[in-house]
Amino acid sequence: MIPTRHFFAEHKGTIVALITAIVFFAIYVLNHPVGLTAGVATTAANKGVLLALVAMAQTLPVLTAGLDLSVGMVFVLSNCLASALVVGSPLETAAGLVAVLFAGIFCGLLNGIIIVYGRLQPIITTLATGAIYYGLALSLRPVPGGDVNPAVADALTGQLPFGIPASLAVIIAVVVLIWLPYRRSVLGRAAYAVGSSETAAFMSGVPINRAKLLAYALSGLLAAIAGLMLTFITYSGEASAAIGGTYTLNSIAAVVIGGTSLFGGSGSAVGSIFGAFVLRTIGDLLFVFDLEPFWQPLVQGVILLAAVSLGAFRLLRMRNRLEVFS
Amino acid sequence: MIAKMPAIARRFDPAVAAAFGCIIALLLLGSLYSRSFLSPEYLLQQLQVASFLGLVATGMMIVILLGHIDLSVPWVITAGAMMSTAAAEWGYGEILAIPFGILCGAAFGLINGVGVAYLRIPSMIFTLGINAVAQGLMVLRTGGFAPQDHATQFMHFIATGRSLFGIPNALLVWLAVGAAAVFLLSRTSFGRSVYAIGNSELAAYLSGADTRRTLLLAFTLCGALAGFAGVLLAGYSAKAYQAMGDPYLLPAIAAVVLGGTNILGGRGTYLGTVAGVVLITLLQSILSVMQIPESGRQIIYGIVIIAMLLLYGRQRIPGK
Amino acid sequence: MDTAVAPLFRMQGISKRYGGVKALDDARLECHRGRIHAVLGENGAGKSTLIKIMSGVVLPDSGTMEIDGTPAVFRTPADATKAGIACIYQELSLLPDLTVADNISIINPPKKFGLIDHQRQRRIAEKALARAGASDIHPLARVKDLPLSRRQMIEIAKALARDPRILILDEATSALTAGDVATVFTVLRQLRADGLAIVYISHRMHEIAQLANDCTVYRNGRHVGTFEAGTKSDEAIVEMMIGREYKSVFPPRTATKAPLKTVLGVRNLSWANRLRDINLELGQGEIVGLGGLDGQGQRELLLALFGVLVGVSGTIEIDGKPTTLKSPRSAKSARVGIALIPEDRKTEGLMLPMSVRDNLSFAALDHFTRFGIVDQGKERRLVGDMIKLLQIKAPDTGVPANALSGGNQQKLIIAKWLMNGPRIMLLNDPTRGIDVGTKQELYQLMRGLADQGAALLFYSTDYDELIGLCDRVAVMYDGRFTRILEGAQINEKSLLASALNLESTDGARAEAAALLV
Repeated sequence: MIPTRHFFAEHKGTIVALITAIVFFAIYVLNHPVGLTAGVATTAANKGVLLALVAMAQTLPVLTAGLDLSVGMVFVLSNCLASALVVGSPLETAAGLVAVLFAGIFCGLLNGIIIVYGRLQPIITTLATGAIYYGLALSLRPVPGGDVNPAVADALTGQLPFGIPASLAVIIAVVVLIWLPYRRSVLGRAAYAVGSSETAAFMSGVPINRAKLLAYALSGLLAAIAGLMLTFITYSGEASAAIGGTYTLNSIAAVVIGGTSLFGGSGSAVGSIFGAFVLRTIGDLLFVFDLEPFWQPLVQGVILLAAVSLGAFRLLRMRNRLEVFS
Repeated sequence: MIAKMPAIARRFDPAVAAAFGCIIALLLLGSLYSRSFLSPEYLLQQLQVASFLGLVATGMMIVILLGHIDLSVPWVITAGAMMSTAAAEWGYGEILAIPFGILCGAAFGLINGVGVAYLRIPSMIFTLGINAVAQGLMVLRTGGFAPQDHATQFMHFIATGRSLFGIPNALLVWLAVGAAAVFLLSRTSFGRSVYAIGNSELAAYLSGADTRRTLLLAFTLCGALAGFAGVLLAGYSAKAYQAMGDPYLLPAIAAVVLGGTNILGGRGTYLGTVAGVVLITLLQSILSVMQIPESGRQIIYGIVIIAMLLLYGRQRIPGK
Repeated sequence: MDTAVAPLFRMQGISKRYGGVKALDDARLECHRGRIHAVLGENGAGKSTLIKIMSGVVLPDSGTMEIDGTPAVFRTPADATKAGIACIYQELSLLPDLTVADNISIINPPKKFGLIDHQRQRRIAEKALARAGASDIHPLARVKDLPLSRRQMIEIAKALARDPRILILDEATSALTAGDVATVFTVLRQLRADGLAIVYISHRMHEIAQLANDCTVYRNGRHVGTFEAGTKSDEAIVEMMIGREYKSVFPPRTATKAPLKTVLGVRNLSWANRLRDINLELGQGEIVGLGGLDGQGQRELLLALFGVLVGVSGTIEIDGKPTTLKSPRSAKSARVGIALIPEDRKTEGLMLPMSVRDNLSFAALDHFTRFGIVDQGKERRLVGDMIKLLQIKAPDTGVPANALSGGNQQKLIIAKWLMNGPRIMLLNDPTRGIDVGTKQELYQLMRGLADQGAALLFYSTDYDELIGLCDRVAVMYDGRFTRILEGAQINEKSLLASALNLESTDGARAEAAALLV
């Protein structure tokens, strides 16, 4: 199918994020002392893939006009679980993998159940469940440690033929096997509908509750996949509140940079991947430009602010002041 | 239904009552474990600790009443702490260190307000960005290490000292700030605008209210109070350190919401926030006194918040 | 009515209360295959609640419904859809961020391997749009990028794509252009021939005369009568709707005084293709009506005069002095003294969960605030005075505004602006959805304000109000004043003729409009 103007209109946010990511990465590679080698690419991919997955997980609730502040804690919990379960014989490892993924789904589903049937606000619900998931992670790993099946870990974080980073393949697999089918499913579209206008969705007979439940459950699953990848990269589990918090907040930033509206209804998890890579590359850029490391948080913060402030340009086009309230 | 209730009954907020009920239940539960939970000394100590959270929650409440949120609180607290200790070191002395810390917090709050009110960026993401910038500035200043600056004697005195029948000074500060907040919210045109904007910003604007100025002022206040909390925290531990504000964001939001303030804005009383702050502080204290490990504390903490909200914080279903 | 054939749909004894207000009381309705059934009634007569119950949006408190003789209970809109009922809402039920094709098959999309088949979905959308006579709409366009009239056509296509047995249209033509209305009528006649039962709700008598087979009239939530179309005169139907002769509800006009002092002057006002070259003088003590079909720029004109719109060209003069209005705040300032009674009471006019007192005093807070501190004693006194003056029925001033009835809420909004002592009042359809008794009070109040020297600019969708209340009526079409009617010129015929711009030289448009009358 030839892309039409409607295609561009629908995916504008994703395309802008993609271009930004490419530009940033190009600047990074061009200024890198070694240039683009398989090693450089793999390191960059491994660094980016974690936030990319967590940002994808954040995208799903945001599309329903919700938010998941527990996403970083599910990520940490899965990391701790994986460092205990994804070990041993191939069979045990496989069983461990499945168990971690199901734990993630369960966490997400629990969020969804409380939000849908308990009728609580997503922000405050996930704030509280986040504490629960972190507590569970901490009880599993009071001190950092554990292990992971090294064969699986190396396979998923190393290089594929032609020097392609394996973690990139993981992301692509997640997009193809989870995101794209979800996007084209009835409940996936229902999630967009709910985020676009919950009242109109209700009037149209959209299955609102099931759409939200699935969005939060899949969010948990994606966060669990991210937790697995973290384990494969670090070979251990760590219940760190700082990691959980940082990833949660950065995931929101990545979602916004990726072109998804925080008000719900429009955007894409693919955009969030690019958003995550943009955020990550900013950090690396400072490194290649020989900036002292303690400049990094400030520059990252300023760029994040600048990126979100671009949204203010819509005010210049506005002819009716009441529009700002909608 | 609502219209038929007498005026007194309407003022009686079930959420605030439930929060106070939970406080009493917690104290009774604690006293089963140890008698000391009911001693005035323990209670005063808890209120002293609660005062820091109380300051943060006061600012957060005003912002939440507007239907917004301030996620920049963690590093604005840290900035307040670091800048006040730095001012002390620069020789501005006992007196100026405190206002300087508050001023720095207010400055961050002001930028938040500009972003939200004038640029119309969603507060959730704009304040997140300011949090990162504040962190960046502090890391830049300290090189990422704990600063060597020390809190002034006066800061230490306000945060830890006691006067007036042995009431902790920090509690007196919270009482003063709380009284000011109650006055601001219930007696001034600013307070009216805050509630009006939280209920319908559109209606407030069409009533001729200066909605942008109200937003700006509210965020500035929230920043100033976070900065003030930072100053006191620095006084409490005699110095500032990295990420010292991190443990205050979620409890502040939770305290405001547990106190019956609608997270979407427009409704809530300061008394409720006080109850929420005390409740959160007690919960944390009792869990730690009972020597429940951090992991168990977090789990119980989360479950209690969910359970309480399920009890009284549910929203109506749209359409029915 | 052909009662020999069993009806396709029947509801009986349906009642529904909202809080203290009875929206429907023992309602009934029967629909037959191949017939168009018009439901008539004033705003607030219960028509909207009736169709919300039929389409599963609202659950009735009591009563029964049956389809084809089998009892039916609709707990959700999805239930009603399954039973073959499709509704085209007045408040649009479209999802703004989704594409037209997504919206059309939002519930039952075509699937391939369990996933939505976009290609087939697009074809379905094209077919449905064609059937609704709107093939000009691209199925992959996003709804929020389309103008209101196009969205209404999508709403119709969406209902048709569900292959309904019963189709409900709730004021579906109010946002449409004349050409689109003609298209929709052709479509509806075809659907009737196909054997659908159609329920048609409209305020426009001529539309009903053209389309309906049966008519049912509702008043104050009660069924007043059902009769075959064409068996009653328009006057008789209107009397059934309002329950009495309507001439008496308006206060007498004040005899025209010697030259009015102009308070508000508007010269060559234009804004973004929606307002074109508006000229108007509003004098002290007069009520000037804004007429025309809905959506011809009336709302925008009022907003422009209230300082809400950006990029307005032309001049606005207050007491002869050119004045720039940058915000409602500057419009309400003592020197200017403009007040706006907005279109939507619930979101634009009131802070619903806040108390009557807080709502009442909010716009006039400056009058009793010193150094930012509200003088609560003075506030209480003034609020009490206002409540007495407007006879607002509230148990006390502490109850939330949403506990009041619609009419009292509207009075509350007017009272809140009266407290500010306005010299110019802009009113955007203030009587919409208000019971007849309160309407009458509002008319008295408006005339009283004019007599006291205020200038009123009054937009209404109800021609009777324009005829009965206004000293002059400016009729708008496509952002322009087509005519300013005065005195005896203000009658239904000339209002309608200017609203449809029949005197226009634009042949095609006049022809399309003529189809309707």
